[in-house]
Amino acid sequence: MWRKDEERRRIALESGWVASDPQRCVQCGICSFYCPINIDVRRHAWEGKPVRDSHCLTCGECIRRCPRGVLWFEESELFRR
Amino acid sequence: MSGRYVLVGSSVAAVAAAEAILQTEPQAQVWMVGEEKHPFYSRPGLAYYLAGEVGQDYLFPHLADRLQGVQRIRAHVVALDVPGKQVLLDNGQRLAYDRLLLATGSTAVRLNVPGADLPGVLKLDTLEDASRMLAAGHGARRAVVVGGGITALEIVEGLRAHRLEVHYFLRGGRYWEAVLDEVESDIVERRLKKEGVVLHHFTEVAEVVTQRGHLAGVVTQKGELVPCGMVGVAIGVRPRKELAEQAGLAVDRGVLVDEALRTSAADVFAAGDVAQVFDPRTGKNTLETLWWVARQQGAVAGKNMAGQAQAYRRALPLNVTRLAGLTTTIIGQVGMGGGRGDVVEIARGESETWQSVPDAIAAQDGFEVNRIRLMLGERHLLGAVVMGDQTLSRPLYALAAQQADFSPIRDALLANGANLSAILSDFWREWRTTGNAQKRSK
Repeated sequence: MWRKDEERRRIALESGWVASDPQRCVQCGICSFYCPINIDVRRHAWEGKPVRDSHCLTCGECIRRCPRGVLWFEESELFRR
Repeated sequence: MSGRYVLVGSSVAAVAAAEAILQTEPQAQVWMVGEEKHPFYSRPGLAYYLAGEVGQDYLFPHLADRLQGVQRIRAHVVALDVPGKQVLLDNGQRLAYDRLLLATGSTAVRLNVPGADLPGVLKLDTLEDASRMLAAGHGARRAVVVGGGITALEIVEGLRAHRLEVHYFLRGGRYWEAVLDEVESDIVERRLKKEGVVLHHFTEVAEVVTQRGHLAGVVTQKGELVPCGMVGVAIGVRPRKELAEQAGLAVDRGVLVDEALRTSAADVFAAGDVAQVFDPRTGKNTLETLWWVARQQGAVAGKNMAGQAQAYRRALPLNVTRLAGLTTTIIGQVGMGGGRGDVVEIARGESETWQSVPDAIAAQDGFEVNRIRLMLGERHLLGAVVMGDQTLSRPLYALAAQQADFSPIRDALLANGANLSAILSDFWREWRTTGNAQKRSK
């Protein structure tokens, strides 16, 4: 079962970033509200850009909290083979 | 010389228009006229504010740097002078424009019963409404909520989060029957009951009654008295088209606009909930009341206002929401099951878990219920409902929107006991890696 695929999750945490789908986003701000280091994730979703902030912990809190499934982990281009 | 742009409205359509105007013409003079005391905020986010999931401060997106130079005026526009190219404000001011945008949105339909004007009968249109509802919720023990769609359910869940006893009135036999199938409605209703919500099917309010000057309850059309301290109403919205109508612009249910979002007056545009937009594919003008659509329309209107010709193309409908705690995506047309011979409906759930898809490493998880329903035409995916795990919802939207040819997997999907998730994940993987253009059906 993919959700238990810890290896994939580990890779995501190490080499991924949070991507967003602006079409789903309603700018409710929950992602920014729950970011432990106050990244304005919502702004990224407005612009349709991944969270490239080097301070991002990739903790996934914004993804978990988003009520509309706007956010997901994506393998960053830097690490794509 | 820079142009003068007046935007009536201060929500997402107006903000998107302002952004587009400034991108096209950085020196433009832009006025945004809105009635609300608050700056731009997330209207759909009110549901989460009501439920206590997000603080009020977080409802305001920080976009000031993208809207530099926009002058915000808090006023009510009382009239448009289209020949004179001016708007008249309730403070007596006249604002001249070269181009005008009407982004006045929509407003909640009121209950048409005696007592509907009482202070405890509340809607959820604005941040003020949400604050009023929260205040009323603190003083009430029991609430009645009326309405069959998303907003009504948001009010139900918001009030329940504050531990009110919530009685939810549904006019029909199940929740949101125009969109959800019986199983999906049942999933939502079971979850609501588990949360302590009292459902009343086939029930409508006949009268809101008072006792010693205070709201005391509602009387149903069956004559039953349901005592309550507040009533939440979400029975639909109507476009705020009055300004356009009074100014003699062409209106129908909303303000009629062409593909460039231009009204019947050359320098007046409309976008968002108020705009009834011409769709060349159907030959009809369509109203849409979705945040993303309003944003898209605002952006297209802004470009056209600033002189860049752009046509608005209606995208395949996409509505993402949360129903009784379950993230739910509704793609395309899903409420037509059984009515058309060439459309078949396939559903799987509730306890399945989905396969991974190649571009999403981890999405939301932990839903107790996962369900997927597909509306499959002869060759194309026409619609889908994805409840719970959203891993497949983005692929399904892309496949439906780009009219991927489903004939290679149609039989497999229709086979008894087919693993929809695995078939769709493989199909998506192949479709995106082998080039969408060749796979697209002609």
